[in-house]
Amino acid sequence: MTEPIIEITGLCKAFGPLEVLKGIDLTVRRGEVVCIIGPSGSGKSTMLRCVNLLEEPTGGKVVVDGVELTDEDCDIDRARTRVGMVFQGFNLFAHLSVLDNLTIAQRKVLGRSKGEAEMVARENLAKVGLSEKAESTPGQLSGGQQQRVAIARALSMNPEVMLFDEPTSALDPELVGDVLGVMRQLADDGMTMLVVTHEMQFAREVADRVLFMDGGYVVEEGPAEQVIGAPREERTRSFLARVLDPVHNAGA
Amino acid sequence: MSGKSGLSKRQRAKVFRISQYVLLVAVVVVFAITADWAEIRRAFFDFDVAAQQFPNVITIALKNTIIYTVLGFAFGLSLGLILALMRLSSVAPYRWLSTIYIEFFRGLPALLVFIAIGTGIPLAFKDTHITREVSIMLALGLVGAAYMAETIRAGIQAVPKGQVEAARSLGMSQGRAMITIVIPQAFRIILPPLTNELILLTKDSSLAYLLGSTLAEQELAQFGRQALTSFKSLTPVLVVGLCYLIITIPLSLLSRRLENKFGSGGMTTRGVGG
Repeated sequence: MTEPIIEITGLCKAFGPLEVLKGIDLTVRRGEVVCIIGPSGSGKSTMLRCVNLLEEPTGGKVVVDGVELTDEDCDIDRARTRVGMVFQGFNLFAHLSVLDNLTIAQRKVLGRSKGEAEMVARENLAKVGLSEKAESTPGQLSGGQQQRVAIARALSMNPEVMLFDEPTSALDPELVGDVLGVMRQLADDGMTMLVVTHEMQFAREVADRVLFMDGGYVVEEGPAEQVIGAPREERTRSFLARVLDPVHNAGA
Repeated sequence: MSGKSGLSKRQRAKVFRISQYVLLVAVVVVFAITADWAEIRRAFFDFDVAAQQFPNVITIALKNTIIYTVLGFAFGLSLGLILALMRLSSVAPYRWLSTIYIEFFRGLPALLVFIAIGTGIPLAFKDTHITREVSIMLALGLVGAAYMAETIRAGIQAVPKGQVEAARSLGMSQGRAMITIVIPQAFRIILPPLTNELILLTKDSSLAYLLGSTLAEQELAQFGRQALTSFKSLTPVLVVGLCYLIITIPLSLLSRRLENKFGSGGMTTRGVGG
């Protein structure tokens, strides 16, 4: 495979006395799709948020595309433009039209002209199948549409890496497929993706590698087939049993 | 009003409501009978006197009231925004300063602030010539800022945290995210209370008389008081009162419309905060 683009070593994060991450090592190569699974409270979202420093690590090193984000002299705003992020709650700018959501950072941060920014924005809206919604406001869109706009917004910065923090967890079940479809397309196009998700089917089909996290550690990692299909660790097995068949494994 | 036994709960509520109406009508009737209507009409509704208030009540008094209010509001809003940002700052001394300012000016009657400005500024800055408009703007703005700072702070805090996170994740600095993402949304949220603040300032501008004035500088309240003495009639008070309502009632209606527009889901996004 190609060169590493994300290198995380010894990553620790504590909120006061609460240790959420207890030493994470992870290398992601360019073009790789890595899914992170695990029970709630396992630290998977916190880990993802450390990759663009929305959470400041209390220990360890995060290097993205050759830039050490954890270095105090790092221009974090600049570095973040290369790392797109999609949130569980969409977080579209509520006071701006869809088009302005996609162009505002391009213009204010990357210094692109209005014309160029709009061209890039419309390309990305087409990619997520929402060209006709450019003039809508976020409030007029369904959850699934909002999340696709959020993906297009992140893509408009031409990031090297995309982070997804439970992108379908806030959606009605019938809308999940549209968002996963867009993500699958993105993966096929060769985007490097780090995805925190509960969608096991998606992880199995799209991920090159799956990480199972629990209690602030990476408990198990490997190809999707192995981690989801034939987990080695007991903790992974019991988690998967609960997720894949919740009716018969309550409290297992 | 009585809790007579034998009546159902709904019947008792009905009796209670009817007795309220009866009381209300009785109060109105008593006032109407005891008041000296001829005297009231003579004092308040003297059309000759009313006619003589024009055009000055509009061209001078109403105009000045609007100018003083707008100046004071503009200054107060700017200062209020700065105070709100200080209040939310991570730098502790900024927070302290802002809190002290807000508590200080919210706790004082506006009247005292006007007196302090009127006498204090000429004493403190002898050589500089500060015009009367500037003094009024300062006094109104200093008081208004304390109230507006708290409103703006609440508005900023009402913007979901995810909005800032999204902005930061796109590479915006803290300041840029505040200016382009948070503050515009905060102002939409607080437009109705800010409109109310403008109404309050319109009335507070009546304190401008404390800073002395010639006829050309009079605002509505002072104009009314002067006419009251020179015409020996209460009619100018009525005219001036109507002029205030011409300003404040449309503002009040505007505030209510804004509340309906922005309050009923026009701004909310599904999923945010959910």
